[in-house]
Amino acid sequence: MEWESIIGLEVHVSLSTKSKLFSGTASTFGAEPNTQANIFDLALPGTLPAFNENALQMAVFFGLAIGAKIGKRSIFDRKNYFYPDLPKGYQVTQLDFPTVGKGSLTISLEDGTEKVIGVTRAHIEENAGKSLHEEFTDQSGIDLNRAGEPLLEIVSEPEIKNAKEAVAYLKKLHSIVRYLDISDAIMAQGSMRCDVNVSIRKKGDNKLGTRTEIKNINSFRFVEKAINSEIIRQQEVIEDGGTIIQETRRYDANKDITSSMRSKEVANDYRYFPEPDLLPIVIDDSYISSIQSALPELPDAKQRRFISDYGLSKYDAGVLTATRELAEYFEQVAKKCGDAKSAANWVTGSLLALLNKDDIEIIKSPIDAERLASLIGRIKDNTISGKIAKNLFEIMATNFSSVDELIEKRGLKQVTDVGEIEKLITKVLNDNPNQVQQFADGKEQVLGFLIGQAMKASQGKANPEQVNELLKEKIKQKR
Amino acid sequence: MIEKTATELSRLLSSGSLSSVELTRAYLDRIAKANDNLNAYITICEESALEQAKKADERRAKGFRHPLLGIPLAHKDIFCTDGINTTCGSRMLENFIAPYNATVVEKFEDVGAVTLGKTNMDEFAMGSSNETSYFGPAKNPWNIKKVPGGSSGGSAAAIAADLCAIATGTDTGGSIRQPAAFCGVTGFKPSYGRVSRWGMIAFASSLDQAGPICKSAEDAAILTSVMAGLDNKDSTSVDKPVEAYSATLNKSLKGLKIGIPAQHFRDGLSSEVERSIKEALKVYEQMGARVTEINLAHNHLSVPAYYVIAPAEASANLSRYDGVRYGYRCENPVDLEDMYKRSRSEGFGAEVKRRIMVGTYALSAGYYDDYYQKAQKIRRLIKNDFDRAFEEVDVIIGPTSPNTAFDIGAKKDPVAMYLEDIYTIAVNLAGLPGISVPAGFSEGLPIGMHIIGKHFEEAKVLNVAHQFQQETEWHKQKPKFGLED
Repeated sequence: MEWESIIGLEVHVSLSTKSKLFSGTASTFGAEPNTQANIFDLALPGTLPAFNENALQMAVFFGLAIGAKIGKRSIFDRKNYFYPDLPKGYQVTQLDFPTVGKGSLTISLEDGTEKVIGVTRAHIEENAGKSLHEEFTDQSGIDLNRAGEPLLEIVSEPEIKNAKEAVAYLKKLHSIVRYLDISDAIMAQGSMRCDVNVSIRKKGDNKLGTRTEIKNINSFRFVEKAINSEIIRQQEVIEDGGTIIQETRRYDANKDITSSMRSKEVANDYRYFPEPDLLPIVIDDSYISSIQSALPELPDAKQRRFISDYGLSKYDAGVLTATRELAEYFEQVAKKCGDAKSAANWVTGSLLALLNKDDIEIIKSPIDAERLASLIGRIKDNTISGKIAKNLFEIMATNFSSVDELIEKRGLKQVTDVGEIEKLITKVLNDNPNQVQQFADGKEQVLGFLIGQAMKASQGKANPEQVNELLKEKIKQKR
Repeated sequence: MIEKTATELSRLLSSGSLSSVELTRAYLDRIAKANDNLNAYITICEESALEQAKKADERRAKGFRHPLLGIPLAHKDIFCTDGINTTCGSRMLENFIAPYNATVVEKFEDVGAVTLGKTNMDEFAMGSSNETSYFGPAKNPWNIKKVPGGSSGGSAAAIAADLCAIATGTDTGGSIRQPAAFCGVTGFKPSYGRVSRWGMIAFASSLDQAGPICKSAEDAAILTSVMAGLDNKDSTSVDKPVEAYSATLNKSLKGLKIGIPAQHFRDGLSSEVERSIKEALKVYEQMGARVTEINLAHNHLSVPAYYVIAPAEASANLSRYDGVRYGYRCENPVDLEDMYKRSRSEGFGAEVKRRIMVGTYALSAGYYDDYYQKAQKIRRLIKNDFDRAFEEVDVIIGPTSPNTAFDIGAKKDPVAMYLEDIYTIAVNLAGLPGISVPAGFSEGLPIGMHIIGKHFEEAKVLNVAHQFQQETEWHKQKPKFGLED
């Protein structure tokens, strides 16, 4: 039987406001437990929330970036449940009137086509604290540093067909929030978290199958694996005559399986009602347009511009615009060296390979845009050969001297002196009489070998074009 | 001298004939003598009060002036006070000491008022008689077999029996006005949003409002001007300038249009109370006011709507008392659920648990529309009634409560108790200012008159109340309590 899967994603992005959503407490990652919690975060009696407008700006910023309808009047609600890391006994969120309404974003598929994925809504809510079970015996610790941090929960339409699309969607979201600079969106640190809803149905069916929800997956790779594993599980259950239960599951990366956490049937009745301690947030067109005007160039637009302005391939432009930092790096290199195509080749090739090898962020690249641009410049003005440049690039990764200094000190300067090159060629021709004879017999392919020998003899420093020309001349004289 | 109003005491303090330390000492002596019988205070802060009084005298010597400088004050035990127990009348918070001051407390400290202690109240402000207090009911100084009203019963009893000069209260459905009526004192609930709720322990957030309980409308004007104002820590506090309430107290009432709600003079109202209010209206007419009947058609729905909305909000507001971070925790819990269940079962009293259950039910899936949603619609209708009435009249006057203070233990049926607030609750639902002033006696028990104003017309309400007190002596009557010997 042929199955198709339907996936919906709920992504929590932690907004990088200076302080929490409803209290003045700072919220930086990795602080000592309970050092970032004030009397409101502890839910002491008598404390009240004061809304951090910065979170609103960020949410509207995001909404505009995905072309969403912005809620002119958004309302906070209380979601009631008891848990030790939820100090007030309710979470403040937005149920019926979220700040961000319907929008969409475009993902690129592997076959080069594009697909639009709908975003149902995005709402502002507060984070809960963290329960610590490992460090304690017979007890649990509570860390409230995270409690009250602003989150934007972004809910997709169930329009994602498979794990690859899900990851592409996530990466696009990641890229957008990073472009907007509204979140670090680091999955490993929890500043971007993802709950995945998966259901399957017979190909051609219109009705959605029963879905399961996989909670809190903390990397793109695990999202892909978890979805694939859950799809296979659901197929097996149904093919064995079973039915899918609507439930929450967790993904075990070591075993690559999902397992049941709790069934939705016994789920809480959250008894939502409008939060009486906060007034509705009312915004007008001028507020929205003031935020609109601050919108940076987003990945899709940047990609189009890179294609048209720099003549890059769609693929290269896509790679280079994946993050704002990378795009900025590329543009700096391109502008400084005046050769966008070479800049694109170097950045997408050697540079990304270097960074990926050690998982280094572009802003911490050991080779900054300035140095890469001057490296490319030295190739273009024939100071060094492309081959030498590759070696020099490796050196630059650990030696932070300027490109010119390195060329000078290490004697990498290309040999362009005709006399010197002729000397080399003469030596190569003398050393390889057989090949010279073969050439004379009409076997022109040996030319490549002889050029290679000459380059080798120059330790790569000879100008390859000159070697090419002079060698042809010389060998013809011999014939 | 302890029977004097703050306005009168302030004059004595200013003239130098009395020090704040002397005055504070006098109140502390009175408390020492009377509180065992009255149970008006839960916590008495003798030492810190005398220190504050000394500081007030020093500030005065340095030239600082404020009508409340050095005036002894009692806070309802719902306001968080840095370093002093704040129990909210509950076992749950029996040993809770807040590490911060409520905005209201802070404002009184700023002007140099002296905190004598924290007054008794119904548990989490849920009650109309003070009987739900974990610390036992405060008693009515006019007759200690009677309730002082609630929930701010301790503050009202303390004012009536001169256990303080001025006091704070909070009012969610009548909790300032009804005890003021029962104890024969002046109690004012300003418009919702006028006074910051920061540091005031929440019962029902959309209804709770702090206000003064004191000995005259003139004092109420001074206290309100201190308490009122925008506070960024309370998002529902309102950004409107605070008027000079004292300055307009003597405005003439000639031409004032008074509305009398037909619904406030129906079955259930005691004839004695009715007679007193009608007498009071005559006083106003003599001052040149005109009285017309108005229609608050949905008033009968205010109690049912209130007893959905207030418990719904309370059910969430009280979720934080879970035994995890502060407050009462049961002994030897076997697991988390056991800790939650027993801490809350043992820490809360019966009325609080009843309201948490009612509120939880009203918000539950499948019932939300029928209860919470419908109650909100009624709330709007009630507001509309007032809006319409206020197109015709300047203030609305009626009885504060249908009866005078009842016997402790007399009202066993919670609904009968809830109906005590039938005239006051609608004012909270509409967010309006309302004051109760003494307007007579029935069998030796005080009767309260209720004056309701338009949104943020605190000045008008105080003006109308003050003018009545210029013409009458009801607010000057004192119970004989504790003065026998």
